[in-house]
Amino acid sequence: MAEYKKPVTELEFEQNFAQKKPLMNPTEAFYESSRCLFCYDAPCMNACPTHIDIPLFIKQIHTGNITGAAKTIFEANWLGNACGKVCPTSELCEGACVYEGQNVPVIQIGRLQHFATAQTMDNDITLFHPGPDNGRKVAIIGAGPAGIACACELRTMGYSVDIYEAKDKPSGLTIYGVAPYKITNEEVLDEMDYLQQQLGYNVFYHSPITSAEQLKKLEAEYDALFLGVGLGGTATLNLPGEDKENVVGAVEFIEDLRMHHHEIDVPDTVVVIGGGNTAVDAASESAKMGAENVMLAYRRSKEEMGAYVFEYQFAKTAGVKGLFSVSPVEIVGDEKATGVKFIRTQNINGKLENIEGSEFVVPCELVIKATGQAKQGGFLSLIEGLKMDDRQRIVVNMANYQTTNPKYFAGGDAVNGGAEVVNGAYDGKMAALGIEDWLNSK
Amino acid sequence: MPDLSINFAGIKAPNPFWLASAPPTNSGYQVMKAFEAGWGGAVWKTLGVPVINVSSRYGSINYRNTRMAGFTNIELITDRPLIDNLKEIEEVKKYFPNHAIIASLMVETRAEWEQIIKDVENAGADGIELNFGCPHGMCERGMGSAVGQEPEVLETIVGWVMAAAKIPVITKLTPNISHIVDPGLAAARGGSNAISLINTIKSIVGVDLDTYTPYPVVGGKGTNGGYCGPAVKPIALDMVKELAQHPKIKHLPISGIGGIETWRDAVEFMLLGASSVQVCTAVMHYGFGIVREMERGLVDFMNQKGYETIYDFVGKALPNVTEWKHLNLKHKVVAKIDPEKCIGCDLCYIACDDGAHQAIRLPENGGSRIPEIIDENCVGCNLCSLVCPVEECITMEQRDDGTQHLTWDDRTNANTIPTTFNDDLAGGKGHFVPKPTDALKRKG
Ligand SMILES: Cc1cc2nc3c(=O)[nH]c(=O)nc-3n(C[C@H](O)[C@H](O)[C@H](O)COP(=O)(O)OP(=O)(O)OC[C@H]3O[C@@H](n4cnc5c(N)ncnc54)[C@H](O)[C@@H]3O)c2cc1C
Ligand SMILES: Cc1cc2nc3c(=O)[nH]c(=O)nc-3n(C[C@H](O)[C@H](O)[C@H](O)COP(=O)(O)O)c2cc1C
Ligand code: SF4
Ligand code: SF4
Ligand code: SF4
Repeated sequence: MAEYKKPVTELEFEQNFAQKKPLMNPTEAFYESSRCLFCYDAPCMNACPTHIDIPLFIKQIHTGNITGAAKTIFEANWLGNACGKVCPTSELCEGACVYEGQNVPVIQIGRLQHFATAQTMDNDITLFHPGPDNGRKVAIIGAGPAGIACACELRTMGYSVDIYEAKDKPSGLTIYGVAPYKITNEEVLDEMDYLQQQLGYNVFYHSPITSAEQLKKLEAEYDALFLGVGLGGTATLNLPGEDKENVVGAVEFIEDLRMHHHEIDVPDTVVVIGGGNTAVDAASESAKMGAENVMLAYRRSKEEMGAYVFEYQFAKTAGVKGLFSVSPVEIVGDEKATGVKFIRTQNINGKLENIEGSEFVVPCELVIKATGQAKQGGFLSLIEGLKMDDRQRIVVNMANYQTTNPKYFAGGDAVNGGAEVVNGAYDGKMAALGIEDWLNSK
Repeated sequence: MPDLSINFAGIKAPNPFWLASAPPTNSGYQVMKAFEAGWGGAVWKTLGVPVINVSSRYGSINYRNTRMAGFTNIELITDRPLIDNLKEIEEVKKYFPNHAIIASLMVETRAEWEQIIKDVENAGADGIELNFGCPHGMCERGMGSAVGQEPEVLETIVGWVMAAAKIPVITKLTPNISHIVDPGLAAARGGSNAISLINTIKSIVGVDLDTYTPYPVVGGKGTNGGYCGPAVKPIALDMVKELAQHPKIKHLPISGIGGIETWRDAVEFMLLGASSVQVCTAVMHYGFGIVREMERGLVDFMNQKGYETIYDFVGKALPNVTEWKHLNLKHKVVAKIDPEKCIGCDLCYIACDDGAHQAIRLPENGGSRIPEIIDENCVGCNLCSLVCPVEECITMEQRDDGTQHLTWDDRTNANTIPTTFNDDLAGGKGHFVPKPTDALKRKG
């Protein structure tokens, strides 16, 4: 028996994908907030990429000023609600909490953050207003965390903002990529509605920008553009057999799962190829969809995995098995894949080498490739003078997020190569300030 | 097993833990339940003239996640018929002949005092406590703290009582007075057999921010209440000490009251001279069962220190409580941080920099968050060690060699009182004071 039964109803799906960081109740928030020491120059705050004044908002929660707490959070981070749930807090704020040094459970900053913002959202409390119209227009490409944050910030300064989004929902990978046990679709969309209602930017869905003509038009119509396009789909492996029917990319698999929940079919045996967070997520998710045998296969050793240790631990408790130091050579089967042929590897003086004659086949009914997301290079090359680095990341001036084409600003995964929601939120906000400075100086 | 029993001005009890006169001693049911739970005595809820109580009676101070760190009430003396109370006192005494029952009394005229004393003596009370304390309601009718605040009136009434009573009399004092010794002396002069203190402190615990009414709210209005609970302990300890050290009062046994909740609290009162302790708020918060922690803690303490009876240590701290002028000006301590224990919250840094003497610095390069003490600036005020969240992380180290002793009193007698500012520890002299404008360059 698998750890989880295959969910066949929405309720069963919700049970299997129970929230890892559920909403705190007011009593829990009261007690948890009472423990915060109000550290000087607080390490948690310094560890938050958006530098939320954490001791302040925790104290505000404790004194019953929940709305004030939410304001403190959103002022620093427009995706404050989502971040409270999806941030890898043990690597960020909570990892820096001084209680760590005393072997005392650290303050649950993420859950407190979610608590304060959720209460304010649920009660429809208006915290923000657009600034007086300043006559300037900005086009944003991509309604992911970076694009949304940029839009919010610009609106508070009085810009009119149009977001062009290829898909039919806002928040980018927050809704299409993040594991469903971290945040529900409703929660993500609630925050998106909450922000848009208060700040009133336009989002045009099903509106991919794909051609040089479209770009020319935008350049003519707007004072500046922000690129929040993130990364592309799963990169190809260039393996024989990769095009078989039941071989999918992790990003696509997760998007399908997020959009269709229990309606998607995950077979009993799954092989996930990769060692990053996306691979580990896809493996955990397969297990929670009731797959009996989920194998996570990684080229290098367990210690070298890119995924956070806590994510791998979580996958193991969901029933995932790890297979290390194996490199895929071929996907076997006819029309459908029936297994993955691996070869064992060894690390010789830092160089990964295949061990001759060690091939073996792991049979499976589904192969999930989680070997990184492709970059948006093709599209970005349409923008005149836009410089990319050798890893195909957009080059920006870190002081104002301006690209080498001065009219374009950029942030989020397209700039950092793939990080977290919180980084996108920070970049978008900073780019908005960069746009304001640049236009003012013209 | 040490002997916890006491003989308090002739009132005998199996242990020094008594219930104070308050809601927990409102009925025979409660007092019996308390004795079963381990209490050694009970001061019955004050008996006296008929009263009417209001609805909505209590308020509290919650500190962080601690409920009722301070507690207030606007209740009056007992609202149950005297006859019922007397019957119940008699019944409890039948079941618990060796436990102490003290009748708390508050009436007005001499005749009323004489009658009620007779009543409670007939009911079998072991002693009487005179309630000169209530800071609300009763004082407006010329009783309670109205008496406690007028030493002469107090002395007169104690005199009436002493002339009539055949059982020991304890006078309970109000803290709502600037000099507790005055009513203490009046009680002694009046012939009281013992003193108990403190009653509640006149207070307002808070104001409702929507209705603009102080707590507790009675139909849109509020009034001052009587404050008690853990928050008042320091005031009570000081007042107990004042009386226990006074040459003309110290012969009287003292029953210590105010914020007692644990064995530690009880022992502190005893070390400052109390030979019984009374508890109200802690019982109202946790029930009678709280006494089992007090009793066990007291036994363990006595075993550990080798005390056989509580009289072995009652008053033991009194010789060490002195006036400021007798403190050794040559004693010097300096803070020391244990870097192994430090968790880097930097609360000590900001406390000293903003609230004390700029004697703590943060490492320059910013890598470590472990602060450093600037020895020459540390005046040994303790603030950092008090704010540090880690036990024993900041300790105060003695720096003088203990051989020198000089007090303000010595200097007064030797005629060497300073005429200029020359304190070695003072800012600008022994240690540097940053320039006012330095504040502008810093963070936070
Ligand atoms: C599987 C997975 C799990 C993750 N889990 C977490 C997690 O638990 N916690 C966390 O903090 N982060 C997580 N992340 C990372 C996080 O989701 C991203 O870092 C973040 O969403 C990046 O924001 P962005 O705005 O830069 O890009 P995206 O979120 O990728 O948004 C880009 C948007 O632009 C649109 N777009 C792209 N090109 C065009 C175009 N040409 N025209 C119009 N629209 C376009 C896309 O449709 C998309 O909506 C995860 C990522 C993945 C893949
Ligand atoms: C609700 C309430 C009613 C009280 N009633 C009386 C009383 O009738 N007679 C009296 O002498 N003291 C009365 N007190 C004062 C207590 O006996 C005691 O002196 C005071 O509460 C301090 O002790 P504590 O800190 O343990 O509560 C009352 C206290 C409270 C809280
Ligand atoms: S580090 Fe921890 S205790 Fe200190 S302010 Fe941050 S959350 Fe509070
Ligand atoms: S004892 Fe007082 S002066 Fe000395 S370092 Fe600590 S806070 Fe500063
Ligand atoms: S208060 Fe204590 S734990 Fe915090 S920085 Fe100072 S010494 Fe370290």
